[in-house]
Amino acid sequence: MAGKPVLHHFNARGRMECIRWLLAAAGVEFEEKFIQSPEDLEKLKKDGNLMFDQVPMVEIDGMKLVQTRAILNYIATKYDLYGKDMKERALIDMYSEGILDLTEMIGQLLICPPDQKEAKTALAKDRTKNRYLPAFEKVLKGHGQDYLVGNRLTRVDVHLLELLLYVEEFDASLLTPFPLLKAFKSRISSLPNVKKFLHPGSQRKPPLDAKQIEEARKIFKF
Amino acid sequence: MAGKPVLHYFNARGRMECIRWLLAAAGVEFEEKFIQSPEDLEKLKKDGNLMFDQVPMVEIDGMKLAQTRAILNYIATKYDLYGKDMKERALIDMYSEGILDLTEMIGQLVLCPPDQREAKTALAKDRTKNRYLPAFEKVLKSHGQDYLVGNRLTRVDIHLLEVLLYVEEFDASLLTPFPLLKAFKSRISSLPNVKKFLQPGSQRKPPMDAKQIQEARKAFKIQ
Repeated sequence: MAGKPVLHHFNARGRMECIRWLLAAAGVEFEEKFIQSPEDLEKLKKDGNLMFDQVPMVEIDGMKLVQTRAILNYIATKYDLYGKDMKERALIDMYSEGILDLTEMIGQLLICPPDQKEAKTALAKDRTKNRYLPAFEKVLKGHGQDYLVGNRLTRVDVHLLELLLYVEEFDASLLTPFPLLKAFKSRISSLPNVKKFLHPGSQRKPPLDAKQIEEARKIFKF
Repeated sequence: MAGKPVLHYFNARGRMECIRWLLAAAGVEFEEKFIQSPEDLEKLKKDGNLMFDQVPMVEIDGMKLAQTRAILNYIATKYDLYGKDMKERALIDMYSEGILDLTEMIGQLVLCPPDQREAKTALAKDRTKNRYLPAFEKVLKSHGQDYLVGNRLTRVDIHLLEVLLYVEEFDASLLTPFPLLKAFKSRISSLPNVKKFLQPGSQRKPPMDAKQIQEARKAFKIQ
């Protein structure tokens, strides 16, 4: 276990993607063990590897960590991506939570019942355009620096880049009114480790379509 | 702002209650400014005090912090309730996240549409009984210590006590098969700062019934 972290999840974005992004940005190689059948998941549970019977689970430094935020917090701390002091961490946490909320809101649209999709899509667009993106545009304008906190790369820069790419997939026109966010996206995308993760053949996962998700739900009964 | 933290929220549990619990357990006095009208909330927004237009918001050490977890993390760090090293923090975070998930699941029942209530209540009971409480009973059994992590009080002990009290309100029989959790509940409840918070007249908030929540949603146009 002194070797590479091992990631246990489906071969999909889900709640593991932000962890993949953070490890990649930190330049940390990782191994993935995909759950491909109900038996795979059942075995992880029976062997006591999932504290709350849930994935994602990451084996790292002798621990079997579950809960996305616990995993992210650990990786960010270990690889010095969590700010230089308590106050920077507080800002990083506040910004990261906002980003995770919006990521969840956009991500949930894929598994949304058809009769709710239109209303939920409209809400997600409104929140993106009128709440979240303005908040981060304002942060960048407020300090005029290249990174969101402390003028150096932290986890929240990686989370925000990930989110901006999802917004772009969702509706690219939503980014138009936010020049500083667009510049931020280009800047962070150009960092060597990030650039590598954005290349084809990396461990980044593509979006699933509704049909693939329906099939996965049938197999795993969730 | 070098004085007491100031908490901005409705006069209700909601997403601020775990913050109240943590401050109280740390022995930190705090002030509350309740949002009592839509105008109160609108003013907080217009004045740029809410980063994502959402409460809870806590003014502390010159910051206006939003997002429950960000606030909890800051308080726990400041008052040395977050473990002694990176690995203890990881366990604390993992356990705390599980507790927050369960708290949310139980808390949501009171504002659940009537046609879903029965199914959601059954699910919440199942998860409580078969997933979450067994997990924490097992932690206590495996190390035989008084606290969940590192053999001293951390934030996760406070969060777990809080959720055990909610479980008890929800269905007290759910706790019956878990003797170590029951002993834990008594033990943590007896700590001086916690005991004080459990007394009537403290800043702890009572449960709301569905009618009160319906009225609050109408007043604030929450969907």
